[in-house]
Amino acid sequence: MSNSLFGPVDPAPDAGWADAPPRKGFFTDTSVCIGCKACEVACKEWNAIPDDGMNFLGSSYDNTGALGASTWRHVAFIEQPKRLGSQQTGLIGEPVGPGATDALNRAADEALSGDRSLLGTDNTVVDLGMPGVTLPGANGDGRADFRWLMESDVCKHCTHAACLDVCPTGSLFRTEFGTVVVQDDICNGCGYCVPACPFGVIDRRIGEKGVVKNAGIAQKCTLCYDRIGEGLTPACAKACPTQSIQYGDVDELRERAQQRVDALHAAGVHDARLYGHDEHDGVGGTGAFFLLLDEPEVYGLPPDPVVTTKDLPAMWKKAGLAALTMLAGAVAVFGSGS
Amino acid sequence: MAECHPVGFQWVMEAKARGAKVIHIDPRFTRTSAVSDTHVPLRAGSDIAFLGGVVRYILENELYFEEYVKAYTNASFLVGEEFVDSEDLGGLFSGYDEAKATYDPTSWGYAGASEGSVGKGGAGGADKGHAEGHSLGSGGPSVDPHTIQRDETLQHPRSVFQVLKRHYARYTPEMVEEVCGVPKELFLEVCEAVTANSGRERTTCWVYSVGWTHHSVGVQYIRGSAIIQLLLGNMGRPGGGILALRGHASIQGSTDIPTLFNILPGYLPMPKAGADESFESYLDTIRNHEQKGFWANAESYSVSLQKAWWGEKATVDNGWAFDYLPRISGDHGTYRTVLDMNDGKVDGYFLLGQNPAVGSAHARLQRLGMAQLTWLVVRDLNMIESATYWKDGPEIETGELKTEEIGTEVFFLPAAAHTEKSGTFTQTQRMLQWHHKAVDPPGDCRSELEFFHLLGQKLRERLRDSELERDRPLLDLTWDYPVDEKGEPSADAVLREINGFGPDGQLLNSYLQMKPDGSTSGGCWIYTGVYADGVNQSARRKPGSEQSWVAPDWGWAWPLNRRQLYNRASADPDGKPWSERKALVWWDEDQAKWVGHDVPDFEGTKPPSYRPPEGATGPAALAGDDPFVMQADGKGWLYAPSGLLDGPMPVHYEPSESPVRNAMYHQQGNPTRETFARKDNLQNPSAGEPGADVFPYVCTTYRLTEHHTAGGLSRWLPYLSELQPEFFCEVSPEHARERGLEHLGWATIVTARTAIEARVLVTDRVVPLKVGGKTIHQVGLPYHWGVGGDAVVSGDAANDLFGLSLDPNVHIQESKVASCDIVPGRRPRGPELLRFVEDYRSRAGITVETGNQRFTS
Repeated sequence: MSNSLFGPVDPAPDAGWADAPPRKGFFTDTSVCIGCKACEVACKEWNAIPDDGMNFLGSSYDNTGALGASTWRHVAFIEQPKRLGSQQTGLIGEPVGPGATDALNRAADEALSGDRSLLGTDNTVVDLGMPGVTLPGANGDGRADFRWLMESDVCKHCTHAACLDVCPTGSLFRTEFGTVVVQDDICNGCGYCVPACPFGVIDRRIGEKGVVKNAGIAQKCTLCYDRIGEGLTPACAKACPTQSIQYGDVDELRERAQQRVDALHAAGVHDARLYGHDEHDGVGGTGAFFLLLDEPEVYGLPPDPVVTTKDLPAMWKKAGLAALTMLAGAVAVFGSGS
Repeated sequence: MAECHPVGFQWVMEAKARGAKVIHIDPRFTRTSAVSDTHVPLRAGSDIAFLGGVVRYILENELYFEEYVKAYTNASFLVGEEFVDSEDLGGLFSGYDEAKATYDPTSWGYAGASEGSVGKGGAGGADKGHAEGHSLGSGGPSVDPHTIQRDETLQHPRSVFQVLKRHYARYTPEMVEEVCGVPKELFLEVCEAVTANSGRERTTCWVYSVGWTHHSVGVQYIRGSAIIQLLLGNMGRPGGGILALRGHASIQGSTDIPTLFNILPGYLPMPKAGADESFESYLDTIRNHEQKGFWANAESYSVSLQKAWWGEKATVDNGWAFDYLPRISGDHGTYRTVLDMNDGKVDGYFLLGQNPAVGSAHARLQRLGMAQLTWLVVRDLNMIESATYWKDGPEIETGELKTEEIGTEVFFLPAAAHTEKSGTFTQTQRMLQWHHKAVDPPGDCRSELEFFHLLGQKLRERLRDSELERDRPLLDLTWDYPVDEKGEPSADAVLREINGFGPDGQLLNSYLQMKPDGSTSGGCWIYTGVYADGVNQSARRKPGSEQSWVAPDWGWAWPLNRRQLYNRASADPDGKPWSERKALVWWDEDQAKWVGHDVPDFEGTKPPSYRPPEGATGPAALAGDDPFVMQADGKGWLYAPSGLLDGPMPVHYEPSESPVRNAMYHQQGNPTRETFARKDNLQNPSAGEPGADVFPYVCTTYRLTEHHTAGGLSRWLPYLSELQPEFFCEVSPEHARERGLEHLGWATIVTARTAIEARVLVTDRVVPLKVGGKTIHQVGLPYHWGVGGDAVVSGDAANDLFGLSLDPNVHIQESKVASCDIVPGRRPRGPELLRFVEDYRSRAGITVETGNQRFTS
């Protein structure tokens, strides 16, 4: 058992599970998402997550804002002055001026920054070094193209999960399905996991202890650990009417995803690409991965996520070396004096 | 469809994955548009111009399915010489009475139609007050098939085909562009896609929802689509048809076994006071002894219904208790009733899962009306606004109503949800699906079934000793449903009663077994067979993977488990499938019967070559190539010689309130629409009237995925409410700039009725349209919110903006389009609001007569 911190591995055996079942995950195909949010509701119903406020964000049809302790599925809506494949939107010939997508994106940015209590979280935005979501050309003279992207976001269940690596209590653990789960009865609310997540997913629930369930406790998607163990499909995937959220063996899902990308490319949707499928990426690939129709930043996803504990061994080595050096120095200083 | 029917939309996505092209025609860019191949933004209320344009494109380019059209439609039938088309009368048909604003449709009939051949909803018998259109829900109106003259070459100038061609000649792509605001190229792209995907090998379907029906000319929208589908041979064939998406569960069921005032179960008409004196004369209005088709057996259906209701008390001597049936004396529809409430003519009102204070047009009038009632019973899951308007409605804020002055006694009775009771839903495919009770209803919640069963028992108890003749119908009712230990009547027993029983007490298998001699019973003839072979067929749930693609073993569809109506049309006149790819049912020569994937919607052993003998009537009069078996002439109607009150063919009229002058005809609006010129129902002036510029914009209402209609099922649930917490309006960036509206700011939207406020969403999903040379802006209004104190989220109600102006055929309100103004900022509060609206009225010079001139002089 190596308990690797980087590179392609099968996480459950790597974490010490003997005879682990095939790794389970989600393939979220945003090209067939209709933004119905059934996933958000089914997730909250099954996991008994509280609502997180009646807040009108005006970020297109998204009034959820972001993943957080009380939002384990989040459907993003992106309005763009771009064309979707060969889709015809009937704008040509109409008396149109500059579009509103720029203003809409600013509203989305503002909703996501500053006081995030509206989103049911006190988790401040981690600067992921992403470019802004505003697209070039958004303020052209007459809008000519338009598309409306929707994406159901979720915990990525990283192959190398920094949240788990930094957890001091063992509350976060790797399941036999290769997923990452928080145990709310063990978590002490230290919050180390929160900045460790390169995707800004895990979060502590705000609210008064004793009033709000699990207030102060770190929360996130469990990939419905209590369902998949019984052979059931996770609530979100079960509720999804268009098979945008597909649950299954990660190996099989990756094959299916590649076929879907190929089909979309053949159909002229050249923007289609996978995200999180690559086991050579900075987190060793994710158990929940996506088919996107634009750059990840557009959906609020980091373009090149790297597990924040990637350098931990090197850091330990350096720290160890420094300690040894100090020790050597001490020995040299005090030893020589003896 | 993705927006309002996301679960059903999975099949569209599946079709798309298999290569189907999806076109979405809608004023706004919705979640459906997002995944469609083409989105066509058009001006709300201009659909007939668009559909007429498609009809013209098909005819001019000779892209119709010629053999189908000749064999299965009335294209070759000759129209009478007296008929004058709207082409020649500035948008009116012959027979218009300016003073009454109604038509005498006699001149619309086929050539040689005999006098007195009037039957169900027939010409001359069409009566505005009774909304005859509803009773045609399972078959067409009457004509006399024996006198029909035909020209198989379709060249006769009075043939339906040529009449249609002339009628739609002016619906050119240029005209479509001018009226609908749809660029010509985009319109032609739709025409090409639809025609290329129709014919022997391929079919196209049209899907509509209340965006087509909530208009003053809504029935004709659907007719427009029907003409296209008949011309292209897309009716009665797999993948074809016109699919109506309903507003909520079992809307189809609520017309089959009606909650409507004017029909009885199975689309039998409600008897009329003064007209239907005897059972015989009543039956004669349904069945025309001369006509073809299955309505000729109406007596069996009626007698069986009355036997189901009154059992042994229905005898041959009392006309099978015909006099026990209530009589209607005019329009008793929901809007007429609300107006009567406002006039103090209505004492009591039951609201069952309905929230008119939010969800009905002119919601303000609904609330004011309910404040005039003596008593009101609200049965709902939550304390909806229709149950609380008397303490926290908008009129309390304006001071128009004072709680202490409202005399209405409001009873709120908590209702059981569908998971808490057993029963059926009937969906749009006419399919009944049984749902089993999963849990007991909590607390005092009870099912509708229990409520009405108990109400009936209590009323009968009260009347037990009555000697009065008028109480006999109630006292003689069969009202003996078994109840379980909790008092819940057996829904299964009700379904059995609906299915009907034979003389031996055995459940019937088919309505063909029904007899007019009192030996059979059945609560709804079209549902007979739902309990065929003593099995609750609606409870069948065989997975699709374990049966054929037609899935006949899932649930049960009326009639007789046919999944596609008129499927005889899926085979050619000789009984062979038009193509192997689209085979559904066909004639098997060896077995001498109709066979196939679906249950044939045709007499099983009638060969394609069958020709009726001289003088045949009823089903025997249907030839072997008459697929539209409920139509009096067995054909699909490109032209409707009877049955409609506003014309035999759809005509583009502007909405009742429109900032646009009708570019196609002198006549502005539907000349027969129902209007109510009253102080409490003021209308905005339309283009051509003074003051029209005060309301320069078009507004339309719709739903969002996150909420359910008037919110009774969603605004009380935090998980749904947080997803769409506030009432908002959607405007284009161009419109926002013109009016100074700011994203996330507030806007006030005004009509002659009132003003409401909404948060502003500025979005590229709304597009300004070029209509008749000028720019038209449309304001989108999701209508889920209402003013009240009990829901998780509340807000102004979009339906407060709409006035009453109805389709004449079915009394449906025009709530999908109106004109309006929009200004930045919140609306005035309290009595200031009334002054604000009054100022608008006075600027526009609005009187009671404004907008209510149906005839454009």
